[in-house]
Amino acid sequence: MEDLMVIINLLALVYLGWFVDWTLKQNKSKIWLFSGLALIMLAILSTLPNYGPTYSYIMMSGILMYLILTVSWTLFSGPTGYISLAPAAFFGVGIYTSAILGKDFPVLVVVIFGGLLSVVLAAIVGALTLRLKGIYFIVFTFGLVLLISSVLLWYEIRFTGTRGRFITTANNDLIYYVMLGITVLMFITSYFLKRSKYGLALQSIGQNEEAAAHMGINVTAVKIAVFSISAIFMGMAGAIMAMKWIYLDPYSAFDPFRSFLPVLMAIFGGMKQFYGPVLGAVILAFLEEKLLTEFPYYYKLSFGIVLILVIIYLPDGLVGLGQKVRAWFSRGKIALT
Amino acid sequence: MERFLDVAIAGLLLGGLYALIAMGMSLQYGVARVFNIAHGEFIMLGAMTTWTLYTVFNISPLVAVVICGPLAFVLGFIIHRTMFRKLQSLSANQGVFESNSMLASFGLMFVIQNIAFLAWGPEIRTYNYLMETVSIGGALFGARRLVTLGFAIAIGVIFYIFLARTRIGKAIRAAGQDPSTAGLMGVNINWVLALCFGLGAAMAGIAGVLISMSYPDSANMGQEYLTVAIIVVVLGGLGSIPGSFIGGFLLGIIGSIVSFYEPGLNMAAYYAIFVILLLVRPRGIMGR
Repeated sequence: MEDLMVIINLLALVYLGWFVDWTLKQNKSKIWLFSGLALIMLAILSTLPNYGPTYSYIMMSGILMYLILTVSWTLFSGPTGYISLAPAAFFGVGIYTSAILGKDFPVLVVVIFGGLLSVVLAAIVGALTLRLKGIYFIVFTFGLVLLISSVLLWYEIRFTGTRGRFITTANNDLIYYVMLGITVLMFITSYFLKRSKYGLALQSIGQNEEAAAHMGINVTAVKIAVFSISAIFMGMAGAIMAMKWIYLDPYSAFDPFRSFLPVLMAIFGGMKQFYGPVLGAVILAFLEEKLLTEFPYYYKLSFGIVLILVIIYLPDGLVGLGQKVRAWFSRGKIALT
Repeated sequence: MERFLDVAIAGLLLGGLYALIAMGMSLQYGVARVFNIAHGEFIMLGAMTTWTLYTVFNISPLVAVVICGPLAFVLGFIIHRTMFRKLQSLSANQGVFESNSMLASFGLMFVIQNIAFLAWGPEIRTYNYLMETVSIGGALFGARRLVTLGFAIAIGVIFYIFLARTRIGKAIRAAGQDPSTAGLMGVNINWVLALCFGLGAAMAGIAGVLISMSYPDSANMGQEYLTVAIIVVVLGGLGSIPGSFIGGFLLGIIGSIVSFYEPGLNMAAYYAIFVILLLVRPRGIMGR
């Protein structure tokens, strides 16, 4: 029963993702129907703590965390093709902000501050590294996460004499509302980014960076700006998620696994449409919440197999598969996008 | 002076291991163009297999080198022939293949690691072998660590001669420079690429055997060695095998100097070197 409620809410999220894609279309029909549905979905999501059991919105918060990481990762890496393994760094900065400021400041201030600090880190990292290409950029961002966590660990043991710290926790429903707020904010930002000239600029960078530069796009500035924007949501998510835990240390805050998962979830869903990563994150995060504690090894084993199969056979993810199936049924009446 | 010698020898012992780990990864990236995130898992397989062979069948770890190396080779060869070969034929260009194969190797990492968890469980395994100590210049070192260093140097040298002097070595070097032209020159390119991937896996397997002699093993030990391998490979220059060999020793010595002055900071120092290096000289020591 609780699972059913969660699944309904997840479907609502996927619908909202699809709705973003739909609003970006040129000629829309049935505007009132789809907009009305979107409002209903939003209402279902935002009232979950009123009708669902505690367990359902705790689970939803966990899924939303992955959703935020995945969608904000795709915001930058999807169109440009720069595979960033830095999400764990931005997320971890949010967590540590929360751990340090959580006692003295209200939740919203902490969350916003976590987001801003992540932006600062992302801007510095972006300015330094976005000229690195391909594999160099990937390994740099990967190393960054480990650098921060090992320096923090050394600092804590050396200067404070302890490892890790305790966190001021918040109510589960508050965490859920803030998570949902960040998600909605992220959807709106993605919408405006995609329809702005910067969204197009980003895509042309992904297709041919040199040509984009010759067209008069300030390639570096666009890349740094979008990279920073994508980091703000990860930082905010980290700051609020930390309040769910009681204790943290640098290794748990800067877990490199959180860098890999968004990549895998985005690929699984398919990155060509906005709702692809939403779909991928929702499915995999739900399965993770259900299966990880009971069958951790079998879950991760099948996760690996599915990932390999998706990369080889479904380069456009689930969304691509859906389009292929539709094209097959309509026998070539609609074009693949 | 004596203390200096201590630090230097400890660094060399550590460096030999790093060099061996990194050479395999470097070969896989340099020629087969697979940035193999699952490299650490091959090390883990080598180490855990050695543990089983020694504790259950009472087979010496030195014999295990001869068993694990070829086994890892076969595994790597098959994986390349099936998975990466398929991926290569589907990728539009080298750049696409590099990022796709890296992501696929993430999947491979999950698969191997969790099969190992199912087979061996999450416990940390250790065994005692070759516990004698050897005195070098007044400092005491475990004999097993000297054996490790010996193996690393021997494999490095043999491999270098293999690359420099044999026909297959020449084919490998040609494939590393330009796979499609090498293919046109009559090199059986798919076979050579799979061979390189297999050899890289074999080096990881052997490194795992040697690691298991001196350090505790568990099914999730792979990541630690993977990160060291990545750092050394970048330090030496991506894809440069001599670079990885030198880089391994360099990093080992740096690590031992840092832990001499500030124990606990060596991992942070590695990452700091890594990050600074990528910013200042991403080509590494011997990169092209």
